[in-house]
Amino acid sequence: MSSSTSAQFKANVKGALGDNHLQKALRGFQTGFVHNRKIAIKRLQEFDDLRDKARDIKNHTIAHMDAYLDIYQKNVEFSGGRVHWAVDGVEACELILGICHTAGAKTVTKGKTMIGEEIAINDYLTKNKITPIETDLGEYIIQLRGEMPSHIIAPASHVSKDQVSEAFKKAHSDLPKGRSLEEPEELLAEARAMLRDKFISADVGITGANFLIAETGSSVIVTNEGNGDLTQTLPKVHIVLASIEKIVPTLEDTTTLLRVLARSATGQEMSSYTTFSTGPRHATDLDGPAEYHVVILDNGRTDMLAGDFSEMLACIRCGACLNHCPVYNAVGGHAYGWVYPGPMGAVLTPGLMGLDGAFHLPQASTLCGKCEDVCPVRIPLPKLLRQWRSQVYNRDLLDWKTKWGIKYWSILAKRPALYHFVVTPKVRLLAWCAKKSGHLKSIPMLKGWTENRNFPAPEGKTFQRLWRERQK
Amino acid sequence: MSDLNKAYGPKVGIFITCLVDLLRPSVGFAAVKLLEDAGCQIVVPENQTCCGQPAYNSGVIKDAKDIACLVINEFEKFDYVVAPSGSCAGMIKEHYPRLFADDLEMTARVFRLAKKTYELTSFLADVMNVQDLPTALNAKITYHDSCAGFRELGIKSQPRQLLAQVKGVELKEYDGAETCCGFGGTFCVKYPDISDHMVKESLTLLLETDAELVVGGDLGCLMNIQGKLSRQKDEGKRTKLKVRHVAEVLAGMLDNPAIGEGDLDV
Repeated sequence: MSSSTSAQFKANVKGALGDNHLQKALRGFQTGFVHNRKIAIKRLQEFDDLRDKARDIKNHTIAHMDAYLDIYQKNVEFSGGRVHWAVDGVEACELILGICHTAGAKTVTKGKTMIGEEIAINDYLTKNKITPIETDLGEYIIQLRGEMPSHIIAPASHVSKDQVSEAFKKAHSDLPKGRSLEEPEELLAEARAMLRDKFISADVGITGANFLIAETGSSVIVTNEGNGDLTQTLPKVHIVLASIEKIVPTLEDTTTLLRVLARSATGQEMSSYTTFSTGPRHATDLDGPAEYHVVILDNGRTDMLAGDFSEMLACIRCGACLNHCPVYNAVGGHAYGWVYPGPMGAVLTPGLMGLDGAFHLPQASTLCGKCEDVCPVRIPLPKLLRQWRSQVYNRDLLDWKTKWGIKYWSILAKRPALYHFVVTPKVRLLAWCAKKSGHLKSIPMLKGWTENRNFPAPEGKTFQRLWRERQK
Repeated sequence: MSDLNKAYGPKVGIFITCLVDLLRPSVGFAAVKLLEDAGCQIVVPENQTCCGQPAYNSGVIKDAKDIACLVINEFEKFDYVVAPSGSCAGMIKEHYPRLFADDLEMTARVFRLAKKTYELTSFLADVMNVQDLPTALNAKITYHDSCAGFRELGIKSQPRQLLAQVKGVELKEYDGAETCCGFGGTFCVKYPDISDHMVKESLTLLLETDAELVVGGDLGCLMNIQGKLSRQKDEGKRTKLKVRHVAEVLAGMLDNPAIGEGDLDV
């Protein structure tokens, strides 16, 4: 599995907030997706009904996942493909390497796959002397920069144009040094030119899948660059890498999900390319791979399925919760420390990586509810964040200051007489200290607040005290 | 409202909320005035502290339940329960039922309480149908929709409807009204850097309007916004923007200094 810095979340946050490049990139990026989504759903009156349908489809599938996966496998095999099951990332990597070795592969082209990031397939292939080449522009950029994606659908959204240009100049050292690489079109043209030959010479193409359709044994990918199509049709072997929750019962269900997916993600009605693949090239097909493999990853998901977090498996990876999250928009994706950032990542990461290294993520939310509000499959993200918090507390992972702060308050809150006795004089004291200015610049017990903010002073007596005085 | 009408009005238990109780009692008195003027009989039960949200949101479920029981016991006897906070009303309405989902006996009580619990402005507008507030204030005002009130309880039009009744008020919407200010209860002290970034974003948008007063229905958010505004003023920012709870404006109780402003009568 790819390595994580989620445990250093607080340090990551400091770095992210102080990174001017990143802050500039976040500002520009967020407004685009949010704005476009708003326009797209306004044009589709039945959008909220579709969300209900999408949620029902996913929840039904989650409840019968074993049966649908079984049907899916039969239909993949019927169409001439093979399904491989991987319990964890290591197994998935080994399976993929095995397929690559059998094919005698030296280079592998890749469409965008978050499961590929999750299992760190690129590192594994490289170690085993196979060259992976990312063909999604964003993934290509972060591969050159040696980074993780910072967003689940826009992996290089944290990188500025200048930084891309710099990465290209360094990586494409054969090209003339003085060439102009300032305009987005120039960058795109250069990436295209570099990738064209690779598409043709690759031995194996690996793609992810947005959906696996049980009824037909098909995999579906949506892209905006068309790179996924070239990745899966040109090489002689196509490997689909997906996790168990991508399963959907029928083609009809898939169309419902597609209708909410692109609108929620980029604000498009449909992504530019939506491609269905069913098995290897058939006798009457004009093109396509000779072999079609599907590697299906579990990696902790069946445990989630059986536990309190099964609703998270409904996620269709649109990224809307990231785009709308004020915390994500403040710190970007890398601060979360692993492949899945934002609210969906804050719920999913502890489920897949374990809570010990990821306990910050479900804490670092104001529970403002915007994520649930925009989720196309209505995942109750704040509820799931609270559930993780409960586990953080029960497993004693909370820092002692917060823990005892909460405990202390609860002791008072449960005992009204004690509450009045303890709190009333403290409030009076604070008020007296701030009599003139009306606020306090520093309170030792509340450093987290007063470091960046003044503390508006209490008015003096408590309401309940004043109320009783008035009643007399 | 005559005393006769008041005697027949619904019996309302005020859940004052810990923040109003401790930090800004004037909001409580404004709420009392508004409810009494609307014809309610007011009771302020003595045995009240906090709704249990800090424990609940920190995952300390046992404590949250204990505190909730205190609230349920104390408040279930009223016709209505009203809190000058969307966040605390949301806790009782939306989250108490979840807390006791596995407790059959409590579930019925909790649902009954949830059904009759309201945030102040939504109670005044939706239940008491307040149409004609007698107050006046010549000011450009902008409203901040606190997250829990807005998303959990769907409060959006009610405070605006009421503010529109205050003579002289010019309501100016601001772009960040529906975006979290970064308060988030314990979040603001656990992750102060992120919280600070968020409240700065809110303030940037707030200061783009020419509003003289920002009001809202939740003291937590207002303290956060005012606390940052006040710090920015210390650092040289020039602005005349002040911060108050919406109840103060609606009740016309504006003699005391705005939130975080000086010369308190302690």
